[in-house]
Amino acid sequence: MHGRPRKSATPVDENASALKAAKIRSLQSQFLLNHHNNIYTKEALEINAKLIESNPEFMTAWNYRKLAFEHNLSNQSEADSDHIKSIIDEELRVVENALRKNFKSYGAWHHRKWVISKGNSSTERELRLLNLFQKQDTRNFHAWNYRRFIAGLKNISDEKELQFTTDMINDNFSNYSAWHNRSVLLSHLLEKKVVGYFPKEIFLKEEYEFVRNAVFTDPDDQSGWFYHLWLLDQTVKVDMPNLVSSWPPHGSEITKTTFPIVLFFNEPVEGVNLQTVSVQVEDDIFKNIAWSPLSSNKFKCGQAWLTHLTIPLGETHSSKIFQVKISSEYSQGIISSNGVPCSQHWSIAFRVSVCHDFQLEGQSLRGVLMTDENFSTVDINSNVMDLFKSYFELASDYEQPTSSKWKSEMIASEIDQYRELLSWAECKIGKLTLARLLMANDAIGTPVAPNTTHVEEVLKLYSELMELDPTHYQYYKDEYSLVFLKQVTSSKESLMKYCGQYKESTSSNITGPMCLRLNFLSLSQIGSFERLLWVQSLDLSHNQLHSIEGLEALQLLSCLNLSHNKVGSFMALDPLRFLKSLRVLNISYNELGAHTVDTRRYLCSSPLSHTLDYDKKFEEFATGDEKVLNFWEAYSVFGGLDIMQLDVVGNAAADERFILFLVKLLPGLKWLDGEELH
Amino acid sequence: MAETESYPPIDPTNFDLIVVGTGLPESIIAAAASTAGKSVLHLDLNPHYGSHYSSLTLQDLTSFLNAQSPNPNINPHQSDTDTTAIDVITRPLYSDIEISSYDDSVVESSRKFNLDLAGPRVLFCADLAVDLLLKSTANQYVEFKNIDASYVCDGNGNLMNVPDSKSAVFKDKTLKYSEKNQLNSLFKLVQGHLEAVKSVETGVDDEKVISEEDLDSPFVMFLDKMKLPPKIKSIILYAIAMVDYDQDAGESCKDVLRTRDGIDRLALYHSSVGRFPNALGALIYPIYGQGELPQAFCRRAAVKGCLYVLRMPVISVLLHKDSGNYKGVKLVSGQEITSNKLVMDPSFTVTSSPSESPQDVSKFFDAGTISGKLARGICITKSSLKPDASSCLVIYPPRSLYPDQATSIRVLQLGSSLAVCPSGMFVFYISVVCDNALEGKKSLHAAIDSLFSAHTSGTTDSCSTDQIDSTEVKPTLLWSALYVQDLFEGLMGPVVMTPTPDGNLNYNDLLHTTSKLFQQLYPDDEFFPETSNTDSSDKLEDDSEVGIES
Repeated sequence: MHGRPRKSATPVDENASALKAAKIRSLQSQFLLNHHNNIYTKEALEINAKLIESNPEFMTAWNYRKLAFEHNLSNQSEADSDHIKSIIDEELRVVENALRKNFKSYGAWHHRKWVISKGNSSTERELRLLNLFQKQDTRNFHAWNYRRFIAGLKNISDEKELQFTTDMINDNFSNYSAWHNRSVLLSHLLEKKVVGYFPKEIFLKEEYEFVRNAVFTDPDDQSGWFYHLWLLDQTVKVDMPNLVSSWPPHGSEITKTTFPIVLFFNEPVEGVNLQTVSVQVEDDIFKNIAWSPLSSNKFKCGQAWLTHLTIPLGETHSSKIFQVKISSEYSQGIISSNGVPCSQHWSIAFRVSVCHDFQLEGQSLRGVLMTDENFSTVDINSNVMDLFKSYFELASDYEQPTSSKWKSEMIASEIDQYRELLSWAECKIGKLTLARLLMANDAIGTPVAPNTTHVEEVLKLYSELMELDPTHYQYYKDEYSLVFLKQVTSSKESLMKYCGQYKESTSSNITGPMCLRLNFLSLSQIGSFERLLWVQSLDLSHNQLHSIEGLEALQLLSCLNLSHNKVGSFMALDPLRFLKSLRVLNISYNELGAHTVDTRRYLCSSPLSHTLDYDKKFEEFATGDEKVLNFWEAYSVFGGLDIMQLDVVGNAAADERFILFLVKLLPGLKWLDGEELH
Repeated sequence: MAETESYPPIDPTNFDLIVVGTGLPESIIAAAASTAGKSVLHLDLNPHYGSHYSSLTLQDLTSFLNAQSPNPNINPHQSDTDTTAIDVITRPLYSDIEISSYDDSVVESSRKFNLDLAGPRVLFCADLAVDLLLKSTANQYVEFKNIDASYVCDGNGNLMNVPDSKSAVFKDKTLKYSEKNQLNSLFKLVQGHLEAVKSVETGVDDEKVISEEDLDSPFVMFLDKMKLPPKIKSIILYAIAMVDYDQDAGESCKDVLRTRDGIDRLALYHSSVGRFPNALGALIYPIYGQGELPQAFCRRAAVKGCLYVLRMPVISVLLHKDSGNYKGVKLVSGQEITSNKLVMDPSFTVTSSPSESPQDVSKFFDAGTISGKLARGICITKSSLKPDASSCLVIYPPRSLYPDQATSIRVLQLGSSLAVCPSGMFVFYISVVCDNALEGKKSLHAAIDSLFSAHTSGTTDSCSTDQIDSTEVKPTLLWSALYVQDLFEGLMGPVVMTPTPDGNLNYNDLLHTTSKLFQQLYPDDEFFPETSNTDSSDKLEDDSEVGIES
């Protein structure tokens, strides 16, 4: 069934197919006439059956059969069960003929499902049919799909079906469908907490051994590896959503009276609101807090949630320290995207010190420059480090509940096995799996600080893979970048190496005292945002970024350099929309406008939808210049921002008209492409 | 044997070909010649088909083995004017026959047995015999069943599953993960090589081809080069490639398997697995015994017009007096039948009668020399070796049973589902290639001691070697027949001699010899031409209706 070469048609074949086409056409016109006139006689159905037999892919023909079926059945009295049975049998026979013609016909399988779900027919026969089909083509996913349907209808136990997959895999383990069904069945068993399958460590060990037989026997066969990936995911997966990080961090002290609060979870969640999260300043519980998810494409759902807090200053002209406490009030109300509630209670507390000699946010007189000569190494003893320190030293408070010992044991044993496999077999997917296992090991190994024991090895594995398997270069590159960032953000010391302190403090009220400089690293993706929530100034220039997804979590970001990357469209810059503090932006020398087709565009809010939260009227910009309509994307990204300094030179999109548009859109703009505006 | 009247006269009295003996090679030649349009007379002195390839009841088997004496009834020569007659005698093929019965119930149900004279023997789903059955359409007369499992004895006397395919390697519980990888890598290498060779033939070059140098080197060296551990090597050599002689013996090994042939044997095995959807493993066995195969070809021949007469001994071969050329045969009935060609089974030879000089006879009738010996054993038990397999193959590689075991011992267990024994009983066939009877018997006894426990009702034949206590209870030996068979290869002469059953597990070598003999007999005729109903063979293969039942 698989791996059969296609043969080109001979003249004889072509003649035959021309004849067949003529036959189908004539049947089709007869059928359509019947369909049009709602004729459901026996003769009409026979014509339809013939048509379906020669072309099982014709959906309209199947739909007609459904109409006919319901029509003919409704004309029967309840008592005439024999006749009803014969109508059903006839439907099943037509489907069987169609499947004989093409056993991968969607229409046929669907019709069968539809007829069977009407009841009145023997599912025993369906099982026999399935056994036949699954013997002929063991991986036919239509048959597997139908099998799940029948098993559900017949109430066949998941254990029994699991045994069936075992038998099929024993016959030939190169069977994606069987492995897949296995993962589906085990998930059911786990969900229903069936004895012997709950908790999951009971079956995981056996499953690891089972699939190991497959991947070790033939490492080039990918089906087992996919299952292994599922197992690994099951092992590592934390079953419930949890808070992993926040701004301001627990135990920190900040000095602004109005500031954003960001809650960062391990996975996208919904339900962060006044009922679920309480914000308490001193003894007052604030009731006028509105939380919103930081996500450009998921409504009501986000990994990071944002609100703004203003400390009410009752007594003026005196310094005071306020205690702020944010805690989960009703954590069950915070739910992951697949419906699991957060059951862990959490709480963060920090201090806000109000001192009135604090410099007001002023206008900077010069543009912000992010070149090497503007930075000095960070003085570890300087007081700008305090916040930074508290971030790392107290980060442990948000860590996951201590992971079970079985997880680390299981993963450690898998690592040993796959190291051995790689010692005698050169195997791409083996290397990839080892890299994933090592990362998983680091992720669950120690509950306190992020573990980076294996990062160097993982990076080496990805580098090797990039060379070994150029087809999937981009994937390995992305993974490499993420692992690399994990390493960079793992500790204060490693992060420090990438930080620069601004020499001149003239614009420090915009840039903050420090800049995280992740430039010239050939990163193709960014991540580890949960550890970067403190960043005000970020240099990502001279990398290979296509996307900045996730950057929206960095709510303090005021200064961002994305120059010399591969950002291909304004939609890829959509996360900027959420960065209301952003004042300085460099997107020069990217590929904006260089690609005519933007595959991300469907995610974009359009002029017809009204999801933008800023009140400028796009029509104002659009009138009189049709071409401006093309700037809709740029408008949706920048329209709500208050940017002071912008660099867009070196992009295909940055023509004169666009510049004019930007100047009009951003009234606060002072520097554009290095020139001061007047 | 006196009443010559009871033999019916044969009409006509002249044929293109007379075949004496209904063993598999003779039956195939008779069927092939009939298919090619020759008139054929097929004779057998026995009351059953199959000669040395037959399956017999327990009683018949015993008497067949013991029927050693040459035909006592030497007829007086009533020479015609132009004919010389040379007496035909039976030469003994079997020696050192030992039959032991420990339980009367076995002998009592004698008639319920179909015991192979030439066991152990199986067919590989993709071997020549299956192809020939399909091509000749003789497959319609015989049905097969799968052999459930095969085991190989490791160095410690334990039987382990032979991981003979990708899925068997996957399922195996005893192999280490690294061994699984090594085995499957070798399977893939062989497959890749065969595909590459195929594509080279069609003009596409590929790097996967194993080098000529490696192909000519001993297979065992190639396996060493692949860094395969001894356990895996042993599985491949003895349990998949079915090699007889110890390949690690170096210079002293009698028959070194070349990589080229080793790869062919692996390929045969692999193409056998899964050739027929209803046969799970590589090996199949005919229901009612191997004796069904010669019968199937005889039926095929009969359909094509071959004349069959059983219980009809040939007493002499007739020659033209002046030329000394073959003329015909004289039957026990006294009737003389002439033909152009004569094919005889190898258990017949001629006496040099006083009137003829021995040289003349041997010029005309080369009896061939013994090319080797085989020790065979048939054992009957009431329980199976492994509870989950009613039929199985067991291989004892060289040196696995005792240090100087020079050749591999093969055992085939069959259950009543194959209709070879009464239900509840099991038949074991054992064979080993040997230089002499002593050595052969030693091997047989070693295998029997390892397989069975002796019958409790005090027999002298008790276990001499200490057996490792295994949790599995060994079957108790109830009946056994051990014998040594002489090996003759087929010979082309004025009278064609067919080969005796060989020591292989399948019929491939025998069929090669047989088709060669046929081609020499009839150089202008095709050995079973592709049948006129052209699609039959393909259709049969696809439908897997080789009578194989799962």
